[in-house]
Amino acid sequence: MAIEVKNIVKKFGSFAALDNVDLKVADGELLALLGPSGSGKTTLLRIIAGLDWPDSGEVSIDGENALARGASERQVGFVFQHYALFRHMTVFENVAFGLRVQPRAVRKDEATIRARVKELLDLVQLDWLANRYPSQLSGGQRQRIALARALAIEPRILLLDEPFGALDAKVRKELRQWLRSLHNEIHVTSIFVTHDQEEALEVANRVVVMDKGRIEQIGTPGDVYDNPATAFVHGFIGESIVLPVDVSGGSVRLDGRLLNIAPDAPLSGAAKLFVRRHDMAIGPAGSGALEGAVRHVRSFGPIQRAEVALSGGEGRTVIEIDAPRDRELQAGEIVSLQPRRYRIFAGS
Amino acid sequence: MSMQTGYASSTSELQSYAPAATDAGVAAPAPRREIARSRPVTAPRDARTEPGPVRFIIIALAIAFLSIFVVLPLVVVFASAFSKGISAYIAALAEPEALAAIRLTLLIAAISVTLNLVFGVIAAWAISKFDFTGKTFLITLIDLPFSVSPVISGLVFVLLFGAQGYFGPWLQAHNVHILFAVPGIALATIFVTFPFVARALIPLMQEQGTQEEEAAISLGASGLQTFFRVTLPNIKWGLLYGVLLCNARAMGEFGAVSVVSGHIRGETNTMPLLVEILYNEYQFVASFAIASLLAMLALITLIVKTILERRLDEGQLPNGD
Repeated sequence: MAIEVKNIVKKFGSFAALDNVDLKVADGELLALLGPSGSGKTTLLRIIAGLDWPDSGEVSIDGENALARGASERQVGFVFQHYALFRHMTVFENVAFGLRVQPRAVRKDEATIRARVKELLDLVQLDWLANRYPSQLSGGQRQRIALARALAIEPRILLLDEPFGALDAKVRKELRQWLRSLHNEIHVTSIFVTHDQEEALEVANRVVVMDKGRIEQIGTPGDVYDNPATAFVHGFIGESIVLPVDVSGGSVRLDGRLLNIAPDAPLSGAAKLFVRRHDMAIGPAGSGALEGAVRHVRSFGPIQRAEVALSGGEGRTVIEIDAPRDRELQAGEIVSLQPRRYRIFAGS
Repeated sequence: MSMQTGYASSTSELQSYAPAATDAGVAAPAPRREIARSRPVTAPRDARTEPGPVRFIIIALAIAFLSIFVVLPLVVVFASAFSKGISAYIAALAEPEALAAIRLTLLIAAISVTLNLVFGVIAAWAISKFDFTGKTFLITLIDLPFSVSPVISGLVFVLLFGAQGYFGPWLQAHNVHILFAVPGIALATIFVTFPFVARALIPLMQEQGTQEEEAAISLGASGLQTFFRVTLPNIKWGLLYGVLLCNARAMGEFGAVSVVSGHIRGETNTMPLLVEILYNEYQFVASFAIASLLAMLALITLIVKTILERRLDEGQLPNGD
């Protein structure tokens, strides 16, 4: 089901958690809300679910006004960061809960409910845990049960709040791929919140980058990584080298020295130059825009990571560069640096 | 006497309600002793423990203190009750006056525990699950009966409903009896025992948070279904714990009830009041016979409380990590 969010404003006291947010989610999409903590992503998710109410704005699910219905009537599957499994119920009863609380008129009979729960436990590959209690499960198992429980009500949309946030790195990676393939299988429109960019880029069809209650950029993982729309997105996603520059009349200066690159947008005054670590080409001294002394080199896998102290200015600017290992760099060596791809955003 | 000790200690535990801490205190010495046994003689002393004699003196002091102030009075109560033999004991309890007091005490406990159960759950629910202005004030109000002397609590109702009180003339004109009757005793008892249920539930419900309720609602449950299927099962042991302490205090309350009861024999005397009256009339066996019933109530309360605390520890593990 498609979801549409229009002009949502939500304030907690004087703090604007959401500041005029617009968002459209297409049917069957797997969307990530990505941002640092306090960016409003969880609040947006809770508003879509009906667990929070916006101060103004509209939310519609499949074309109908969702704000006219309470959370219990929206038929939205919600998966909580800390699972929120019912601790006094077995895994089986947890998954069956949504089916058992249905109004008598539409409630299924016991055999149908049992079959459905069995089916869901099979789907999350945990049917052998049916009679355990939540406290006897590992974090990853709890999260899968929480997902099965949310799917039991055949939700029109599935919302996941930091679904892997409380898990350790290895389990996280496994669950990511698992969620991805599960989505391919059941195809329910899903939104998940995360502060982990890798998770967002790896799992989602589209990524919504949020900061301070606003949407900074919406795009495919490739888009937000390769063509960041704002300085925030460039800095938040992927590793970036950020240098303060001055732009005037089409030329770019760092600490007063002219760099032979052109600004990619008409702007002037103080600005920031963003370059990905691997987009900085290293050449022999005197051949590039910037120059610096290699302070330290670490090599692993296909790359070497060099710490370079830029010369000029106060000599205190140290940047990290990822270079291929075709030529091993030496500590103390003077090299020149040339951005292959870069972005310049206004602001200091 | 033993009742007083019983609920005073429960009160202090309630306020810093932490079953985990109590359990750790009980469980810790066992492994420590094992370490001490298996340790080679030459090994340096475990920093966490004291030399043998010091430990012995501390433990002996604690036991001696408890024996004198808790066990001894308990023994005296039962010894005096049975001093003229079992038949005298039973006869004392079969007196119409004694039976009336027992009946009244049970009635008052039933009324006040039921009402405080409902109010306590509502208050704890409001405080732990919602944010509203005046919340801190409400928490303070809940604690008020703990900090006010029971006699004052009783006096408040005299001032409200007494012949010279605010509502006194109106009540007299309409022939409604509150003071020196069951309603007054019930009101005073409810007031004094109000904090127990709420106090037992608030920390528990605050710790559990609202996520399970939110999950239930998002799964389509109505408010009532959420309460009966999720909230109530999660707090049931804490609730029983609060009810138990509330009941013990309701049956044992002396001060507030004494002020509002009027001491009408066979009508408005509860068990604690009757104990005092009989004692003042030198009917020691009868007095201590009733007192022994209250003491037994205290012992049963203590045992059930220990069991409940263990259940609270085991049964309601936090859900998250």
